[in-house]
Amino acid sequence: MGPVLAGVLQLLALIAALALAYVPLGNYMARVYSSDKHWRVEKWAYKGIGANPDTEMTWSAYLRGVLAFSAVGVLFLYLLMRLQGVLPGSLGFSSVNPAQSFNTAVSFVTNTNWQSYYGEQTMGHVVQTAGLAVQNFVSAAVGMAVAVALVRGFARSRTGELGNFWSDLLRGTVRILLPLAAIAAIVLVACGVIQNFSGIHEVGQFMGGTQQWNGGAVASQEAIKEIGTNGGGFFNANSAHPFENPTPFTNLFEIFLILVIPFALTRTFGVMVGSVKQGYAILATMFTIWLGFVALMMWTEFAHHGPALQAAGGAYEGKEVRFGVGASSIFAVSTTLTSTGAVDSFHSSFTGLGGGITMLGMMLGEIAPGGVGSGLYGMLIMAVIAVFIAGLMVGRTPEYLGKKIGTREIKLAACYILITPALVLIFTAASMALPTPPHSMLNSGAHGFSEVLYAFTSASNNNGSAFAGLNANTDWFNTMTGLAMLLGRFLPMVFVLALAGSLAEQKPVPMTAGTLRTEKPLFTGLLVGAIVIITGLTYFPALALGPLAEGLAS
Amino acid sequence: MNNSVVNTARLLGAGLRALLVLTLVTGVIYPLVVTGIAQGLFPGKANGSEVKADGKVVGSSLIGQQGYSLDYFQPRPANGIGENSVNTQYKLLLSGATNLSADNDKLVKSVQAAKAKVVKDNSTADHEVEPSQVPADAVTSSGSGLDPDISAAYADLQVHRVAERNGLTDAQVRKLVDGHTEGRTLGFIGEPRVNVLELNIALKDLVAKG
Repeated sequence: MGPVLAGVLQLLALIAALALAYVPLGNYMARVYSSDKHWRVEKWAYKGIGANPDTEMTWSAYLRGVLAFSAVGVLFLYLLMRLQGVLPGSLGFSSVNPAQSFNTAVSFVTNTNWQSYYGEQTMGHVVQTAGLAVQNFVSAAVGMAVAVALVRGFARSRTGELGNFWSDLLRGTVRILLPLAAIAAIVLVACGVIQNFSGIHEVGQFMGGTQQWNGGAVASQEAIKEIGTNGGGFFNANSAHPFENPTPFTNLFEIFLILVIPFALTRTFGVMVGSVKQGYAILATMFTIWLGFVALMMWTEFAHHGPALQAAGGAYEGKEVRFGVGASSIFAVSTTLTSTGAVDSFHSSFTGLGGGITMLGMMLGEIAPGGVGSGLYGMLIMAVIAVFIAGLMVGRTPEYLGKKIGTREIKLAACYILITPALVLIFTAASMALPTPPHSMLNSGAHGFSEVLYAFTSASNNNGSAFAGLNANTDWFNTMTGLAMLLGRFLPMVFVLALAGSLAEQKPVPMTAGTLRTEKPLFTGLLVGAIVIITGLTYFPALALGPLAEGLAS
Repeated sequence: MNNSVVNTARLLGAGLRALLVLTLVTGVIYPLVVTGIAQGLFPGKANGSEVKADGKVVGSSLIGQQGYSLDYFQPRPANGIGENSVNTQYKLLLSGATNLSADNDKLVKSVQAAKAKVVKDNSTADHEVEPSQVPADAVTSSGSGLDPDISAAYADLQVHRVAERNGLTDAQVRKLVDGHTEGRTLGFIGEPRVNVLELNIALKDLVAKG
């Protein structure tokens, strides 16, 4: 069997596994967010929080909950890193400097997990497990909560009520993420991922001498890192590190973990709006884009254009032998089409076009299938835009799921899709125009520009992967990517929740012969087209200067 | 105004309490339970898959090593690996890739140099290695810099050199390599590979037995 065929078979196995999980997990999540029963541990937790989980919130109250919880999260994580030097159980590691602490705190609270530090030399046990890994859970739960609030906006009518943020946060964490993570962590340990709290130990070497390794609670963090589409590695090499991703099986398993909730949430959406077919249409849109990107990536990586890769005879720079080119391509696409940003191979050394595909995946807004929660609400915003475009074509007031897409709705959706491109392009342009930021580039020419464009694309879309040659641990990049992550996460949430509130207040419009059937393949086609065209037009000039210039030259 | 300050403070208080509750659950209980199960069921793996030879720990089967003499099988290059610059009381292994782009001259030159070295090292008076025989993994750095494996093709390329330097026949060494070649999982997952540390331990044993 050749490597191309093996790559395709791995892709098919992955799709089969995702298909098996789709209905049960999607239905289960719908039940979690619809049930009016509280578990006993949850009741204790609500007492501790001092919140009544049965109080319905308006969109602005829901938003205040999101913002307050996230603000506290940033502050807590910041202090934890600033105080690391005096915390016990931190391996004697010193405190992290203010700019890097700010950047990292924002990064993990926004579900980005951009890392300007080397995990193994910077973060001790306490910060990793009680700080970073906790945000891996709760930032994911916040994303899902906001998505569910939007779904309720479509599903409910003549009400301002969108659910209770504290209840959604807690249930998402305790009922969905925690059980999945616990099972996944044990599977990972069984395959060789480490899980201990030992100090740094010296290990003898074959030819004499020693190596120094970190111990750590890696498996427990690795599991939620993928399931919550976070992506922040315990080690610098992330999922390329053999202690995070030891075998070809764990590699495929980790890709599965990245994709399983984002895809299954379309089922949850379908169940909650009372039509699983609507969920299938959204799923089909996500799946089409994802599969197309995987095919393109495999093609360009197996073709290995580019002088260094041609000289080597294969695109193996930055890739591990046990994964090979095929599985590395699937991982790279899955991590950048979600908000994960974990890597099992290093995107900077991909072919020029391959690097461009990872960037374009993020630029689409990470909606195919996207981050946990953020993928679904991002895709629903695009669906609103697509319905609006279709409405313009036939001169009819657009509707989606029985709700009118009027002036207010389309303004909110338009604001949503303008934010991230504005952040990406303005921050990138500023970095290129100023004298010192370009000194951070490792490579020169088109690829150097790509490193900066990639950094702000990744930060603004809350991805977290990098063209990692860029030295991002400078005051400029720590501060500016920090701001990009904050604005790229919370401004869109404001518009999503406002939209949810506005939709929930409407009374449903009865379906007529003239209604656009949004559960049909025609709509899926329209939606894919709208996404590709809108993103393409926004980013084409920037892509032409970076990855396209590099890819076409080789 | 006063009212909104109070409300904001109340909300932030709820946020803090929620964070503390969830930190207890996901940041303390969860990792400790997973560690307990891991240490109970898979202690060897949970602690880094250490490998022993002659009663001494000689590394981890998962972590590649550099510095093997030419008597032994050579691993992949690891140009992306770093030294720690923070918390320098330790000398930690810093994983990483080169991140050099496919059109970077520096990478082109390092690939060419690596290829020339592989050809030179593995060619002997009666055995000529062609540059076209050198597989890609032999001349490129991995993503982690810690790749424990080489491709079956690169192991095969080194058989003659290793046999000659250790006074063994090609057939003996090839048999050893075959025994240490791991195929794709279930026949299609990942790529066939040879663990360099385990192969070299077996080689050392074979040589010692004469």
